[in-house]
Amino acid sequence: MPIEAATAPAPAAPAPRPSSALGWLGRDPTITMLIGLIVLAAVFFGALAPARFLSGETLRAMAFQMPELGILALAMMIPLMSGGLNLAIIATANLSALVMAAILTKLLGPASAPSAVAGVIALALVAGLATSLVVGLITGVIVAFLGVHPILVTLGTMTAVKGIAVYATNGGVIGGFPPAILYLGNGTLGGVPVPMVLFVVCAVVVAVLMSHAAFGVSVRMIGSNERATRYSGVATDWMLVGVYVASSVLCWVAAVVMMARFNSARAGYAESYLLITILAAVLGGVDPNGGFGKVLGLFLSLVLLQIISTGFNLLGFSPHLTEAIWGATMILAIAIALVRDRWMARLWLRGTLK
Amino acid sequence: MADLISSPAPESLQTAPGPEFIEMRGISKRFGGVRALTDVSFSIRAAEIHCLAGENGCGKSTLIKILSGVHAPDEGQIMLEGKAHSHLTPAASQRFGVQIIYQDLSLFPNLSVAENIAFGHHIPTPVRLVDRPAMRRRAQAVMQRLKIALPLDELVGALPIATRQLVAICRALAGEQARLIVMDEPTASLTHQEVTALLATIHELKRQGIATVFVSHRLEEVLTIAERVTVLRDGRNLGTYWVRELDRRRLGELITGHVFESSLKPPWSGQAAPVLEVRGLSRAGQYAEVDLELRPGEILGLIGRLGAGRTELALSLFGMNPPDSGQIRVDGKPVQLRTNRAAIRRKIAYVSEDRLSLGLVMPQTIADNTVISVLDRLTGRLGLIEGARRAKTIERWIFQELRVKTNTAERPVQQLSGGNQQRVVLAKWLATDPRVLILDSPTVGVDVGAKAGIFQAVDALAARGLAILLISDEIEEVLYQSHRILVMREGRLVGAYDPQRVSERELREVIYA
Amino acid sequence: MPENGSVSGPSASLRTAFRRHDAQLAGIVIVMAVIFSAVSPGFLSGKNLVTLLENYSVMAIMASGLLVVLISGGIDISFAAMAAVSQYLVASLLVRYGGNWVMAFGLAALFGALLGVMNALLIYYLRALPVIVTISTMTFYFAMLMFVTDGKSIYDLPDWFTADLSLVGIPFPVVVAAIVLLITALLLSRLSVGRQIYGLGGNPEAAKRVGCNLLGLQCFVYGYSGLMAGVAGLVQAHRVEEVVPNALIGRELDVLAAVVLGGASLLGGIGTVGGTVLGIVLLAILQNGLTLRGVSSYSFGFVTGLIILISVSATAYAAKRQQKRTVRHAH
Repeated sequence: MPIEAATAPAPAAPAPRPSSALGWLGRDPTITMLIGLIVLAAVFFGALAPARFLSGETLRAMAFQMPELGILALAMMIPLMSGGLNLAIIATANLSALVMAAILTKLLGPASAPSAVAGVIALALVAGLATSLVVGLITGVIVAFLGVHPILVTLGTMTAVKGIAVYATNGGVIGGFPPAILYLGNGTLGGVPVPMVLFVVCAVVVAVLMSHAAFGVSVRMIGSNERATRYSGVATDWMLVGVYVASSVLCWVAAVVMMARFNSARAGYAESYLLITILAAVLGGVDPNGGFGKVLGLFLSLVLLQIISTGFNLLGFSPHLTEAIWGATMILAIAIALVRDRWMARLWLRGTLK
Repeated sequence: MADLISSPAPESLQTAPGPEFIEMRGISKRFGGVRALTDVSFSIRAAEIHCLAGENGCGKSTLIKILSGVHAPDEGQIMLEGKAHSHLTPAASQRFGVQIIYQDLSLFPNLSVAENIAFGHHIPTPVRLVDRPAMRRRAQAVMQRLKIALPLDELVGALPIATRQLVAICRALAGEQARLIVMDEPTASLTHQEVTALLATIHELKRQGIATVFVSHRLEEVLTIAERVTVLRDGRNLGTYWVRELDRRRLGELITGHVFESSLKPPWSGQAAPVLEVRGLSRAGQYAEVDLELRPGEILGLIGRLGAGRTELALSLFGMNPPDSGQIRVDGKPVQLRTNRAAIRRKIAYVSEDRLSLGLVMPQTIADNTVISVLDRLTGRLGLIEGARRAKTIERWIFQELRVKTNTAERPVQQLSGGNQQRVVLAKWLATDPRVLILDSPTVGVDVGAKAGIFQAVDALAARGLAILLISDEIEEVLYQSHRILVMREGRLVGAYDPQRVSERELREVIYA
Repeated sequence: MPENGSVSGPSASLRTAFRRHDAQLAGIVIVMAVIFSAVSPGFLSGKNLVTLLENYSVMAIMASGLLVVLISGGIDISFAAMAAVSQYLVASLLVRYGGNWVMAFGLAALFGALLGVMNALLIYYLRALPVIVTISTMTFYFAMLMFVTDGKSIYDLPDWFTADLSLVGIPFPVVVAAIVLLITALLLSRLSVGRQIYGLGGNPEAAKRVGCNLLGLQCFVYGYSGLMAGVAGLVQAHRVEEVVPNALIGRELDVLAAVVLGGASLLGGIGTVGGTVLGIVLLAILQNGLTLRGVSSYSFGFVTGLIILISVSATAYAAKRQQKRTVRHAH
């Protein structure tokens, strides 16, 4: 896994980790803590700006905003759990969106027949997915078969992918999509915003994948010790390729949501999200060293971050200030994780005396 | 091993008692609720070769750490040349001349031998110009003292482990006046010749008035190298003995507290057709023209020196090291084993000797470690693992068959003891329903006491019809455990032996001829 | 220039492999230079080369700091942000209170070092992965800068600051870069603290056991990176004659690419100033060659990324082949 932090003295005893199968409140302090913080934040902002914060409109707005970050966070979570990192998720999403946007705008006009629209949309979606798949495959192959450090590989792919996107568009925007697409970003399904539906579906799929599928178990084991997992008969190479392919597929879904919401696509969108996806993951209990993490934790931390973000927005904070707060929050999250591990180790030590 | 050392220490050196210059009196230490040491007294004489022996967890590491200043004792004193201390600091311990060489040697692989040896030059005043010639001179002086020659400009990472060990010893002597060198399991990775060379160096240290304490649980090592032996068990000192008062049996009994009855296996009388056949297997640079057969219920021992090719052969049988030529047949049918998955499908399992980094994924749960090799068999519809099947597998192998000591399988496997961890490894492989089980040095790092348990399990498996290939460095172990023994030397099988008819000494001669 | 792993003397196996990397790199650089000069006559002109050197001086200064961090086994993604913050602070102070070059460098070094030491303290005491800590501090520093300055640039830099200071035709930024590279090279090969840094990168546990002051080394290493970032920011302001808060953002990856191309390993313990220089030269020649051919600068990102991928893949592939060849004996 990425750069060692082993220069500081190692912690006393290994902290026991609850199984990935269940995320019960009592058994997992991370989840409990997150729920507590959510309640706290909601109360805090509710008190400060009750009229605007606790309105249904705000809730709706949050439910629309969260999914794009959420899906990207899922895209970051899977590589993190494998002991790696995917710095290229935003770039991949943007390129995918641009490909789809280009097809949609080039092949469709205001007077296109509905059947043509459906066909082109399908084509665009497939093309976008293919783009993401290619990036994911290249990344996965280099990481798995050549053994290059994921940070370096995804740094390279990020630069290259963004480079292609910028070059092809001269940095410009492609926009103007048919209503069907816009619905994916702005419509509701039974009252729930469509992006949120997509996000929840993705979250459930990833959760089930990581805890109940052979792929997920293998990825977690690889995250903790790739060699031992390989010696146990797991095809770690292909699993790692699968990790980055899965990550990229999620980037495609995020791309669809993003372009639907903004009605446009651009090479540099959402770049500030990169850090926040890592923040959400770490805050949500994903171990940056690999091997551990739960989708429920990620979901809750995203909810928390969204509440804070919306709250700040309503209070008139500049987006820059909010971003600075994210940076500080990450540091805080790491400090909390350290304290939590120490505390659990002490509990475990006491427990062994019984 | 003892009878093959070409130049044993002279009698005079062995019997001359030097003054006791380090004495630890009445040391007790607890960690949380665990008592690591209880009223342990341990003394070291000048220029002696002393072994601190005991199983893993007996407290020997803690005692050394107290001596080196890493821990402070709860009770007791440390006398350094008669002066009493309630505890030491690493700096104070080093100033007195105590140098510790850890098992991983703690060298810098990216720096040269000379720079590693003289690295202490850099520590006191970091903001100063490196005096390269002075460092080189220092390194050369130490090498001369020890009468060894090392390639000063080679990067340490490129050197074989025996050479690295010598570099570590040189570094220990390079600084302030060293009076005691402490080594942790020094012969763990050495070939026989390298052990001889190490021994010569230790004797040279002795000649220079430097004492050596080495920490070990390997009976062979202790009996070969030490002059005096102190045995610890469960945090208590069972006494200090001259090595000539001890033999393997006595030492084993002291360390484990058990008396072992070992008997040779009756000759295997199964008639079944071989489950595994190997003909003319070769891989350039590793082994050549290997023929062997393994029948159900048979335990075949494979012994040889380090580097003889045994593990390489085993990995080839497990699909992780495809051979250049030759044939492997399972149940009479030729197979191509290009991946370990293919081998597992053919019912071949391999227990690696490196349990810590290859056998288990330590931070993950016992449960996940158990099922990792059979995930595809537990998968049902929708490609998801069926919880009931998973639970059954774990219940059967962890709790019923191998009786791993734990109340839940959903805790990290690193919390278990070494012996229990090895049981989890066995559980994992047995869950794959193998017909051939290759055990590579299965008792390395397992306490002498727990070894018996492992071999009982192995016997039970053989009785059930598993064919077992037992690779080991411990000749006696193989002699008592196997139905048949093969000796491998420089990549070739040089002999097959019946344990009933061959002695340990004869086997040694064949191996080291 | 002395190799990283030697006390003196002829090459050993690992070091030959390393020399081979340097040699290969130098070879590629020469080949590219030849191709581009053949294809674009103006390439090898003195003027072009001098401009090229000047354009990449800032990168070279930042790369020096990053190299030291990488050798120690860590990574620093925040240096561009630190450069931006330090640059802005120093410029503001100079504009308001006046000063001279000594003060300018002093302040830039001080601010940069302080920001860097902050990184070190967080990494050490939180036992966190440097990549995550420095991504966080990068975001924090940069976002705070944008928030406080509202994105406004500083245009009215003092005349003495923007005056041309070329030394016999060599632009000031190049001089500073050369001095910085020299100091870094000396640090790494001739100062004990530099050797300790290599040791720390090679085996952190051993470094601790041998008595290295880990906290001190971390503070030094990240502080050095911050210091270099400060100097780089200052030189950048001098070059473009204004301070734009978000000018340096996004450069992190180019600098990392150059350093990694030059042979430094993300795992620590390996890297030289010479290699880094070659890495920068490679990127510079490539990008310049493309520009002279009229290729849009929008393509740089793609080309740089591709080079990174090819280079790290090739290195890893060669390492794997080497591993397979050496038969490893188990016990």
